[in-house]
Amino acid sequence: MGQTTADAAYVAFERVQKSYDGVSLVVKDLNLSMPKGEFLTMLGPSGSGKTTCLMMLAGFETATHGEIKLAGKNINNIPPHKRGIGMVFQNYALFPHMTVAENLSFPLEVRKIGKSEREDKVRHALDMVQMGAFGGRRPSQLSGGQQQRVALARALVFQPELVLMDEPLGALDKQLREKMQFEITHLAHDLGITTVYVTHDQTEALTMSDRVAVFNDGRIQQLAPPDQLYEAPENSFVAQFIGENNRLMGTVKEIGGGICVVRLDSGDEIDAKPVNVSKVGERTQVSIRPERVEINKTRLRDGAHTLKAEVLEFIFMGDIFRTRLRVAGSDDFVIKTRNAPDQVRLQPGTQIEIGWLPGDCRALDAP
Amino acid sequence: MAGARNIQAETGPMLAADGRPLKDSLNRALRRQKLRALLLISPLLLFIMLTFVAPIADMLFRSVENQIVQETIPRTVKALEGWDPSTGAPHDEATFAALYTDLVIAEEYKAHTRLGTRLNYEFGGASSLFRGTGREVGKWPTEVYTEQFVASDPAYRDGAAWALWMADPSVRAVLPLTADAYDAWALMTVVEKDDVPAEEQPLDFVYTALYRDLAAGALPQLMPAVDVDNWDSVAIRDLFLEEDAAWGELPVWQAMKSYGGNYTAGYFLNAVDMQIGANGPEMRAEDERVYVTLFIRTMILSITITATCILLGYPVAWLMANLPARSANLLMILVLLPFWTSLLVRTSAWKVLLQQQGVINDTLVWLGLVDDANRLVLINNEAGTIIAMTHILLPFMILPLYSVMKTIPPSYLRAAKSLGATNWTAFWRVYFPQSVPGIGAGSILVFILAIGYYITPELVGGNKGVFISNRIAYHIGTSLNWGLAAALGTILLVIVLVLYWVYDRVVGIDNVKLGG
Amino acid sequence: MKLKHLMGATVLAVGPLCGSMAFAQDIAECENCSDSMVLMSWGGAYQASQTAAYAEPYAALTGVNITWDEGSNEAVAKLRAASEAGNMTYDLIDVEGPDSQRACDEGLAVEIDFDEQLAAGADGSTPTADFGPSIINDCFVPQIVFSTTFGYRTDIAEWNGAVPDDLCDVFDLTTFPGMRSLESRPKKNLEWALLCDGVAQADLYDVLSSEGGVDRALAKLDTIKNDVIWWSAGAETPQLLADGEVVMGSTYNGRLFAAAAEQGQPIATLWDWQVFDFDGWIVPEGLDEARMNRVMHFLNFATDTQRLADQAKYISYGPARASSQPLVSTHATLGIEMAPFMPTNPANQKNFLVNNIEWWADNQDEVEAKFQAWLSQ
Repeated sequence: MGQTTADAAYVAFERVQKSYDGVSLVVKDLNLSMPKGEFLTMLGPSGSGKTTCLMMLAGFETATHGEIKLAGKNINNIPPHKRGIGMVFQNYALFPHMTVAENLSFPLEVRKIGKSEREDKVRHALDMVQMGAFGGRRPSQLSGGQQQRVALARALVFQPELVLMDEPLGALDKQLREKMQFEITHLAHDLGITTVYVTHDQTEALTMSDRVAVFNDGRIQQLAPPDQLYEAPENSFVAQFIGENNRLMGTVKEIGGGICVVRLDSGDEIDAKPVNVSKVGERTQVSIRPERVEINKTRLRDGAHTLKAEVLEFIFMGDIFRTRLRVAGSDDFVIKTRNAPDQVRLQPGTQIEIGWLPGDCRALDAP
Repeated sequence: MAGARNIQAETGPMLAADGRPLKDSLNRALRRQKLRALLLISPLLLFIMLTFVAPIADMLFRSVENQIVQETIPRTVKALEGWDPSTGAPHDEATFAALYTDLVIAEEYKAHTRLGTRLNYEFGGASSLFRGTGREVGKWPTEVYTEQFVASDPAYRDGAAWALWMADPSVRAVLPLTADAYDAWALMTVVEKDDVPAEEQPLDFVYTALYRDLAAGALPQLMPAVDVDNWDSVAIRDLFLEEDAAWGELPVWQAMKSYGGNYTAGYFLNAVDMQIGANGPEMRAEDERVYVTLFIRTMILSITITATCILLGYPVAWLMANLPARSANLLMILVLLPFWTSLLVRTSAWKVLLQQQGVINDTLVWLGLVDDANRLVLINNEAGTIIAMTHILLPFMILPLYSVMKTIPPSYLRAAKSLGATNWTAFWRVYFPQSVPGIGAGSILVFILAIGYYITPELVGGNKGVFISNRIAYHIGTSLNWGLAAALGTILLVIVLVLYWVYDRVVGIDNVKLGG
Repeated sequence: MKLKHLMGATVLAVGPLCGSMAFAQDIAECENCSDSMVLMSWGGAYQASQTAAYAEPYAALTGVNITWDEGSNEAVAKLRAASEAGNMTYDLIDVEGPDSQRACDEGLAVEIDFDEQLAAGADGSTPTADFGPSIINDCFVPQIVFSTTFGYRTDIAEWNGAVPDDLCDVFDLTTFPGMRSLESRPKKNLEWALLCDGVAQADLYDVLSSEGGVDRALAKLDTIKNDVIWWSAGAETPQLLADGEVVMGSTYNGRLFAAAAEQGQPIATLWDWQVFDFDGWIVPEGLDEARMNRVMHFLNFATDTQRLADQAKYISYGPARASSQPLVSTHATLGIEMAPFMPTNPANQKNFLVNNIEWWADNQDEVEAKFQAWLSQ
């Protein structure tokens, strides 16, 4: 049982709190457990507590309250260098006075590994990130992407079971970042290492992770696989933070059978799926993804509520069209349609009617 | 277009838009930029040239300059050219006569005492020898020649006649001593007395020179013929010896000969405890050697002070670099405090603290750590110098260290620890190497400032804690031997440059940082 | 012994004469004179005595603006630098006797015709006769006689009631244990050492000039070398005595007076074999006519009989004119009789030396080198 628990909850935060000043909590009652081999991303705006969590896991910060466990063992009082956790830093933190090979060799040296074995491991790790030819260079002679690879190789060279990454791709340009996202995910899965990845970039989080923990205000708002996070945000913060979203404010008019009718502030009524509303008369914010808005009435079920809309702006974006509408008194209602051969291009000023499947419109808490 | 350029690059020089070669255009643009840069720095450059480079050049020059002997007693220096010091002091009348002429003229210009002061640096007694002899030399009975010339022909009294004779090349050719003495007298008459030589009767030394020329067999045209064979004469050498027996001894002559050139290595020899002996440079007597000891002591103490500054300054700088801004600023003020107190206040404070009846000793005795009879000697020795100088110079170590440490992100230490390094390993392998440029800059600053300090060592160093700079200050301010001071200063400068060069070779000067 | 008559005159220092001639006199008009002067002096109590005794009275009488420069301990160096720069910034410079000799030798100071340019003595004597033996060269107008001598603490229990009254007590570590302070220069120390090594005063400089003479003096100093703190500024010994760091030490007699009489420290003066020296004015070469006129006008006033006597009211140094001696009276603020504190008091000068400027000018460099080498061993 012990072994399986340790594997199922390889990393665990139990009721962890953190305060720097003794007045306010940066991390409030954090509970998290991740199985071995998982790639988990901590996503959130700056100041949400995600980096603090990472630092507590790495051992650079101590929890004010609660327990942090690694493989079933409390590691609260273990100093960072004994935790055996690999870490990749935001600005790589490659030691500037050492060559690339020396940087990689460093964790092996402090582990008293013999010279020939060290060299083997360093070469292997560099090859793994396609940097085999750069062992003799200084970090300052490398490009940002190359430094990133070296930092990664250094964090992996001593074969840690857990690797932490603190916004490792923040300094790279978009193209390189996408390439590296891909490489990191592959490497992590191939090596079977458990990874905790911190970022404020939702695309990164969605594309790389097994699960994403969305942080806000010192709490995990939702912990779920990327698709679930996107499709079924559990509260208005997550809905808002992940992907693009149309928001309409209203009050629950009818509720029952997994569906509810919301009367918007403009007086219109729409169908929605109650997520965290439970009774009639409750204030709610409904959220609809732009790509789930339907302009073709024939595709809606009979009796579905529809809304009148006026086209304000049409933007051609290549693969999709983005159309801004005025709906229920809101000027920033956006819909996205695929650039298909039969797709209509809505001209500004056109009056249309829009609707959606009730399941795509989620009645969430009113912030 | 790009293709066209490439083709041109292969066939000939690349041209700018206006058809000039691109390289020329670039150079022209750069030259204008350089000129503007030069203009911007020119006030400072001028200032530095005037206040820094020029004095150093002057100092270098002074350490070898020695025109005073040649200028004051040129005839003597010339007469001594053929003299060999190993044969003892000169005996020949000609040399003494040359010195006599020189001294009479020098006395008139009041230059003989300056020469005495200069030669006194080389052998004790020159000062009073020249002063005393100079005072008397005008009164020596050489008027016996004047009287005999005037008696034999009154024309010899006539300034105008003299002027006429001395203007004639043929006369000058046969009477070299006379011509030389007359010229010097004429110049002196104009410069010092504001008189016209043609209206004045020459002084005795001119007649003395004429007598010596004639006695040597010269037969000048133009001048009234005289036969000097049976004249009364005076032995000038005897006059000198009567005045002071030192004129019959070797040292003064040797000094005049050794230092007769316009330039001398004498100051430098002196600065390394050597002197010009009868057989060239030799070491000074054991009990007169002081400078080499002081140079070595200056180096050792300065290195010790630098090392102490590193040891004390490093933790403080580290603390400052890692504290929140407010506490760091407070600490910075404390570090800079020594700059804000006057040297005398600080010195008094050190004395109160360090002396044997001082606060530290009192405390130690009270604590029972030190016996009352064996109080520690913390001042008026090397310890005093090291303590006081470390205190003064510490900011010069801390500031560059701090500014370098400030640029080392804490993530390096974290990275090292996450890679498995203990605190010490992380510090020693990762943090320390990156702070070395700060140590380098601080050490250079502290060391160079230390070897030049003299006030503090003078006040708290006693006799064992003084530096070579104290001797330089002494020679500048008290003994007035500026040549020796310049030579000592030059050696110090060279030592600094050599050390700098070694430092560059060993550590690399680009490995020195004063900040990010 | 040449100084005897000058020193002896202090015996007549009786009160009633004091102040009888103060300030009440007219001063001759100064024609074609500059209206300001820069005087270089030593700062501290000595400069204060000069200010009070003649600079302020002169300024009050003539309206001349007097500025002080406290640079006298490097006077000749500064004088030479100013002369080389061709910009003589000083009008009158206060120096010790030996420095005046150097300045004179180097042609940096103007020669003075004493009888022409200075005031006759109040008793009618010519300046040359009045200054007498204090005239040491043609450039130097003496003001005061001071002495370098030893001070000692009067409360040392280890001495068991013994009181130092002989110079050689300085070398007696058995009867008078404790640290001493001596100047870190050979001058005076060598003479004292030889005197206590059995050399007669008359033979001092012969011995010093002879082979091994300096070594003999240094050997004597070796006997107390481990118990000596070496000083370089005159203020150090009084402070060291006051702090109890040393039990006896050499310094200028005026400093000991200040420590004992003015500050009430338990310090007394050992007058045996005090060394006399002179302090006075030199006029730099290179002044223009107006400045020169002003300087000579001031010099005439500031070195007359009354002014030099006035100075002794503020500091315990003896006036350099014989005619001033009878006018020396009580301290200006403390009201105590100054005579017992004067180096020239007959009771204080049973044994004394006079700084042999000539010998030191000749041998300074060599002996200094030897002394420093000895010090750093």
